[in-house]
Amino acid sequence: MSEDAITHTGSPAPSTGRALMLLALAVGLIALPFLVQALGQPALVPLATRVLIYAIAAASLNLALGFGGMVSFGHAAFFGVGGYVVGILYRTYVDDGLFLGLIPGTSQLLITLPAAILIGGLLALTIGALCLRTSGVQFIMITLAFAQMLFFLFVSLKAYGGDDGMTIRRRNELFGLNTRDDITFYFICLTVAALVFLALWRIIGSRFGMVLAGIRQNERRMAAIGIAPYRYKLAAFVISGMGTGLAGALMANYLRFVSPDMLHWTKSGELMIMVILGGVGTLLGPLFGAAALVILETVLTSWTEHWQLILGPILLLVVLFTQGGLNGLFNRLGIGRSER
Amino acid sequence: MSQPLLSVRGLCKRFGGLIATDSVDLDVVEGEIHALIGPNGAGKTTLLTQLFGELSHDAGEIRLDGEPIDTLATPQRVRRGLARTFQINQLLPDFSMLDNVALAVQARQGHSFRFFADARRDKGLRQRAREHLTAAGLAHRAEVKVADLSHGEQKQLEFAIALACEPRLLLLDEPMAGLGHAESEQMVAMLSGLKGRVTMLLVEHDMDAVFALADRISVLVYGRIIATGTAQEIRDNADVRTAYLGEGDA
Repeated sequence: MSEDAITHTGSPAPSTGRALMLLALAVGLIALPFLVQALGQPALVPLATRVLIYAIAAASLNLALGFGGMVSFGHAAFFGVGGYVVGILYRTYVDDGLFLGLIPGTSQLLITLPAAILIGGLLALTIGALCLRTSGVQFIMITLAFAQMLFFLFVSLKAYGGDDGMTIRRRNELFGLNTRDDITFYFICLTVAALVFLALWRIIGSRFGMVLAGIRQNERRMAAIGIAPYRYKLAAFVISGMGTGLAGALMANYLRFVSPDMLHWTKSGELMIMVILGGVGTLLGPLFGAAALVILETVLTSWTEHWQLILGPILLLVVLFTQGGLNGLFNRLGIGRSER
Repeated sequence: MSQPLLSVRGLCKRFGGLIATDSVDLDVVEGEIHALIGPNGAGKTTLLTQLFGELSHDAGEIRLDGEPIDTLATPQRVRRGLARTFQINQLLPDFSMLDNVALAVQARQGHSFRFFADARRDKGLRQRAREHLTAAGLAHRAEVKVADLSHGEQKQLEFAIALACEPRLLLLDEPMAGLGHAESEQMVAMLSGLKGRVTMLLVEHDMDAVFALADRISVLVYGRIIATGTAQEIRDNADVRTAYLGEGDA
């Protein structure tokens, strides 16, 4: 066996099974809108769009939570602020004014999405720089506190709808496409999601990703080989905030509405549930988790408004018995192998 | 005598009323194995931990190659050429042996803000890590996850990681503790093989190993260094026999 071959056995080289699963997933996601239309269920397209948007947010959270070991209970802050970036830019555009007397509004998706990523990143830099001086339970509580501060800030911002939120009359424009069309918007979200998951896949396997995983396992060890954990954790937190902000911007477009609801701590909880349901610290887990939660919510709410009563035991079962969420379950059923 | 590589002057550390380190003066000369011995609770590990910057000292001065390193955090001290092994293993349990060593090699090569290329397919990194494992006699277990290794193997891995940091001064905290007889002999052989190339400050309870390896020995009792000298001088020292080897009559 050559040195090369030996070296590679340690890395999670994609097995044939895993490659096949990815291919099936990609084909399935691309075919989905046409399939459900053929089946006479066009309402499933917006549902799938919501899954994709939450998958982006949950996967971003997972970079901090699963790979970096930073249990953030405040990711709704980035999600909501991403949404408000779209809302405020749109309002400014319609009013033909300047935000803060400086920034002109826009309804171009190619500007609003990067703007949401930027603001999400800057916010994460600020919150992370302060919160990452703590760890454990303190970290959970302080991230929650920051998110709640923003929640109440936007509740009191009457100029942008306060408690009631603000309507975005039209979705952002992109290359003259009809973004109002459900299938078109689905494919926009699918493209963005694919890019996000691709980026996360590269990051997880990179030198940075190795350091991050090392910090999660043992910070003392990392310091002893000359790596100061703080900067790396902060960078991961910022990337996580950027991705979550992006998801928020897509959600505001999807709903054509943004309100403090997106900033509420229960939204942070939902994102966390998706990560745990799907598999903490796995690449595709958050996608499965987002799908499971959104579908469960839709199915269960059609039975009862107290749907969380049923969700709770299901979550409990997943945590107790799947060892690594749905992703872990799929692996053991032999559907594909995932890296950790 | 040339300028010592490590020079400690008047180092003090108290925990409330307990004086853990009491005005310690210590010189470690380039190239030597300097053993630090003393009864349980004498403050040997506490002293190592202060030298490594994981615990701050209350007073005194630590110099590495003439430069004060007192105010530096641990990662900065590592970049200046310090490395240590831990008595209680500090490893990355989800990673393979090779990953553990490769991270140390990676840290040596500068910052890790590289987000794209697959680190596990980085030939330079993996090759170098494999060489370190081979030198430690662990190459055949390179792909095994650390959580699945025996205690002895983990101990040897601690040592391999420390060497991968390419230190000028290696602080060893009881490298033989918990090892079987054969593993212990292997470790002694490895340390004596490194003698002259890496300067070592060795905390160890195994007196046979200490007397076989050390160029000089310092004896720490109740946070104080009561004697420093060659193996023979330490054996003959009346204070040491009284305080530590338990042979004298008080």
